[in-house]
Amino acid sequence: MKILVVDDEPDVKDLFEQRFRREVRNGEFELAFANSGEEAITYLSSRPSEVVLILSDINMPGMSGFELLRHIRTDFNAPPPPVVMMITAYGDPESQQQAAKLGANDFLTKPLDFTVLKEKLRTIA
Amino acid sequence: MDEDEISSSLLTLLIIWQTRRFLDTKNRLPQWDWWLKNYWFINVALIGLSTVTDEDFPLRLIWLIALGMVGYTVHLLSPNQAARTAFLAVAPFMFLMSVFKVIEDLFPKFAKTYSNFTDSTVGFSLVWLVAFLIVASRQKKALIKLEQEREIEAAERRKIEARKQELEYLVAQRTAEITSQKEELEQALTELKATQNQLIHSEKMASLGELTAGIAHEIQNPLNFVNNFAEVSVELIDEIADEHHKPNPDPQLTDELLTDLRQNLQKISQHGSRASSIVRGMLQHSRASSGQREPTDLNALCEEYLRLAYHGLRAKDKTFNASFSTELDASLGLVTVVPQDLGRVLLNLYTNAFYAVQSRQKTAQEQASSYQPTVTVTTECIGNEVRIRVRDNGVGMPESILSKIFQPFFTTKPTGEGTGLGLSLSYDIITKGHGGTIEARSREGEGTEFIIELPA
Repeated sequence: MKILVVDDEPDVKDLFEQRFRREVRNGEFELAFANSGEEAITYLSSRPSEVVLILSDINMPGMSGFELLRHIRTDFNAPPPPVVMMITAYGDPESQQQAAKLGANDFLTKPLDFTVLKEKLRTIA
Repeated sequence: MDEDEISSSLLTLLIIWQTRRFLDTKNRLPQWDWWLKNYWFINVALIGLSTVTDEDFPLRLIWLIALGMVGYTVHLLSPNQAARTAFLAVAPFMFLMSVFKVIEDLFPKFAKTYSNFTDSTVGFSLVWLVAFLIVASRQKKALIKLEQEREIEAAERRKIEARKQELEYLVAQRTAEITSQKEELEQALTELKATQNQLIHSEKMASLGELTAGIAHEIQNPLNFVNNFAEVSVELIDEIADEHHKPNPDPQLTDELLTDLRQNLQKISQHGSRASSIVRGMLQHSRASSGQREPTDLNALCEEYLRLAYHGLRAKDKTFNASFSTELDASLGLVTVVPQDLGRVLLNLYTNAFYAVQSRQKTAQEQASSYQPTVTVTTECIGNEVRIRVRDNGVGMPESILSKIFQPFFTTKPTGEGTGLGLSLSYDIITKGHGGTIEARSREGEGTEFIIELPA
């Protein structure tokens, strides 16, 4: 299962790689990373319908997570549509509502609980 | 005693009476007047004596006594011109009357021979008397007139004096009023100054409040990494231990795990110091400025406050999103500034910039046009000067507002949102505190740029 992680923080890449070390080594998950919404779109355009799950930060400079979500649901929604989980440091209800309205499958708040995340991913896989 | 004597005594009575009236002795010489008033008593006494002794001599004294009394009266009133003239009028007549009577008594023959002469002399002295009495009466009138004038003058003077006192009282009253007003004003000024200081302080606290949300986010983020990398590191160590206990461990995997572990620990330390530098910055911002200049990494300061300002605004308005970028001149090195003060200036400029792009974003969303809000900070080293530019592509402002932005209490924000002191304080900090310049350029609908130049 290919997972695209979108976050402007570069250390997120290292963190995910290490957190999912075993799963990646087992070939359970394949991780890809983008530092911005724009980069994520470029990545998605080059590999259509390869990515199964997208984990995106909401607060990013430039294109925000919500805009990216809107793009995904309009431009990259070929069946099977990718599962999108939004991540934010501000776990307020409005953001959650907006994410749901735009078609997010889940809403996670930072700091991420990786045990919970792994379980969620396994149910999808 | 003959008719002549009776007329003499009556004449003297008349003269004394007239003297009293003419010279107003009743008021002027009240004590002496008693004698004049009772002159008739002396007169009667002398007549009585003359009758009892059957001798004319006491009657002769009448003229002398009357003359003496008139003379003494005039002497008492000597400064009075009219009195002297009156005496001059009556004295010859009275003197002649007494002298001729005595001569008549002592030398009757001689008196008879020269009666013509004595009569004409008395006649002449009478004419003299009348003439001088007229003069005296005129003098008296003139004197009275003069006195009246003096009195009028004195009354006038009293009136002026009273008016002067009234004016002086008024002046004193007004002076007191003005003094009390001056004191009130001084007190108001002191209060104003205190209020201004309070405002400056609260402005600082308000900007700190704007920061807190940003700070919370900025601290939470590195802390998440610290926690995560620490947890992952524990997992790594477990894996290394597992590998170690295997009968034939894979040295390549162990090496890889160790490299990751080292990397993680570096990241923990890196994020830890990022968090503590933010806390330090916050403390610095809230502390009263020491005003002490110290070598400061301006690039770091510019970047740090940009992030704080962005996240502060983000925390307040969740829908807000903007990109911010830095173009920092690495050759800048350390610049001697007051870091807290400069931080406040930067925070102000950033907050305004983000506010401007946010306002434009709202209208852009309504019109569904594509707009990318951007705030950029640029540092440059130009000769002996450092130039910091804070640029936004927000709403911009017209010339009418641009000319007022550095004035205290000028704000375009709704009441209660801005103190109107941010830029005015920034202006003071840059110009007075650092000897630099700050200016703004703006185009309505295109954006604004603030340019700070500091002597390095």
